[in-house]
Amino acid sequence: MAAFPAVVQSEWTKVRSIRSTVWTLVLTFLIVVAMGFAISLLTKLNYDQFTEHNTAPFDATTTSLAGISLGELAIVVFGVLAVGNEYASGMIRVSLATVPQRGVLMGAKTAVLGVLAFLVSLVTVFVAFFLGQAALGQYSTGLGEPHVLRAVFGAACYLTLLCLFSIGVTMMLRNQVLSLGILIPFFFLVSPILSIVPKVKDVVRYFPDRAGSAALQVYPTGDHPYGPWTGLLICAAWAAAALLGGYLVLKKRDA
Amino acid sequence: MIELHHLTKRYGDKLAVDDLSFRIPEGVVTGFLGPNGAGKSTTMRMILDLDRPTAGKVTINGRSYASVQDPLREIGALLEAKGVHPGRTAYDHLLWMAQSNRIPRERVDQVLDVVGLTAVAKKRARGFSLGMGQRLGIASALLGDPKILMFDEPVNGLDPEGIVWIRKLMKALAAEGRTVFVSSHLMSEMALTADHLVVIGRGRLLADLPMAEFIRQNSRSAVRLRTPQPEQLLDALRGAGLTAEPGPDGAWEVVDGDPALLGDLAAAHGVTLHELSPQQASLEDAFMQMTADSVEYHTDVAATTGATGAATPQPAQQPGWGAGWDARQAGKES
Ligand SMILES: Nc1ncnc2c1ncn2[C@@H]1O[C@H](COP(=O)(O)OP(=O)(O)O)[C@@H](O)[C@H]1O
Ligand SMILES: [Mg+2]
Repeated sequence: MAAFPAVVQSEWTKVRSIRSTVWTLVLTFLIVVAMGFAISLLTKLNYDQFTEHNTAPFDATTTSLAGISLGELAIVVFGVLAVGNEYASGMIRVSLATVPQRGVLMGAKTAVLGVLAFLVSLVTVFVAFFLGQAALGQYSTGLGEPHVLRAVFGAACYLTLLCLFSIGVTMMLRNQVLSLGILIPFFFLVSPILSIVPKVKDVVRYFPDRAGSAALQVYPTGDHPYGPWTGLLICAAWAAAALLGGYLVLKKRDA
Repeated sequence: MIELHHLTKRYGDKLAVDDLSFRIPEGVVTGFLGPNGAGKSTTMRMILDLDRPTAGKVTINGRSYASVQDPLREIGALLEAKGVHPGRTAYDHLLWMAQSNRIPRERVDQVLDVVGLTAVAKKRARGFSLGMGQRLGIASALLGDPKILMFDEPVNGLDPEGIVWIRKLMKALAAEGRTVFVSSHLMSEMALTADHLVVIGRGRLLADLPMAEFIRQNSRSAVRLRTPQPEQLLDALRGAGLTAEPGPDGAWEVVDGDPALLGDLAAAHGVTLHELSPQQASLEDAFMQMTADSVEYHTDVAATTGATGAATPQPAQQPGWGAGWDARQAGKES
């Protein structure tokens, strides 16, 4: 058997030695932080206008994390590229000839990408939170307030799980262009649009992104018939299912 | 020692490898020869457990590839598709491979030096020429200092300098006692490097024998004689204790004959000769004959050689495959 720590080290070298994957992580950070800051600032400047029709209390945490709606796409792209580039370049054959124990290879790869995505997400959401609160001024909140720390930490988990889901999907499809062509429209268009269609939205609620984003909210919005942690768990179940599917494909198919 | 046991691979309707059994001898260069589409690359991928056999199995020192610990230390392979990410540097490509098999980092610098890529080690593979890419692939095969090396058509697309380099490298590796298994669709390439030969066609084993044996069997020389007086010629030959075999277009061939002696003999018996030419069967011809029935999209070998037969010397024919050749030749004439 290949030594797991050795393969982890090797997978880490793979990730850090390609610009495109590194850039998608940088982009995730930049989008989430910059967009969160801009929206927080705009909210502060137009607070009365923006909250005029609000029935629910103003959620300063969610406002500072608003960039996630776009930033999540960058981390999805990261997951897809980090796996898919091996198929696109034909490198997967070299990888499997080097580590023929396919489960070990996939485990090490998923672990490295997952941990990296989590660390980047963690830094990203906390920076976005603090910068956003600074921009919100008198309307800001703090980590000590109820549910705020959970929401910020939940945001990092949410981003990581979406990344893992994308990794699993790409391993199943074995094609990065196809994976991007399905995942990006799904998260950016299909899921948000369906989530406001009556009846359909009762199902869409359980989609990975809809369910996971429940963890980001400090005040329940009524969109979710489940709590924040359950939402994350549903999202995690999607990621686990995708990874399992990816593993079975990797295990069974010719490289 | 790599052993193939009834290895079979089917892709849908296509039988790519068909009940292939042979063992790769240790410490020598074995040429794996077959026309395009014969199943060489598929066989090599199955050896590395990349493609799963439909039936049969491969063992490496008695074990399956998937159970080998740190396989780069046992088998180094250069596959058909290069498998290098264009955005990664040569150094990093070798580094991730080395790390996964617990090969020391210094070895990366060593193999880069061996293949002459030290100067471009920190360059991304995107900018590499075909030859540089091939050298990088060979560097990765050498990385684990393995006892067995496997190269899939390593000279394809290389310039003459690169081809010579690879030939020398393979011989040097075998001289160090390593097993080299190299595929090619060119007999001439194999004749220069291989000690042992495995020939396949349409996924089936056609020959498995030492190179010297293949040459001995297939490179008989003969002298071709053409005369308007065949009766007299044959009598004269019989008188001298020689036998002649019918050659193409009414010519006669004396196997291992001496042209000077045959010329003198004809003159002494007053036989007019229209042709007296030494013939050498090329190994390429022998290979083409052997695989003629198994070439996927073949041009008619007999028709091609027949059309130019008058101008170019024909090889001496082996009885076995020569019969088929003659039959085609006859068919063409009628
Ligand atoms: N992945 C695949 N799917 C379908 N057919 C394949 C695949 N790989 C190879 N083949 C077919 O199997 C045959 C053998 O191919 P290959 O092993 O590449 O031959 P060679 O390397 O000797 O040229 C060819 O007819 C090829 O088209
Ligand atoms: Mg091939």
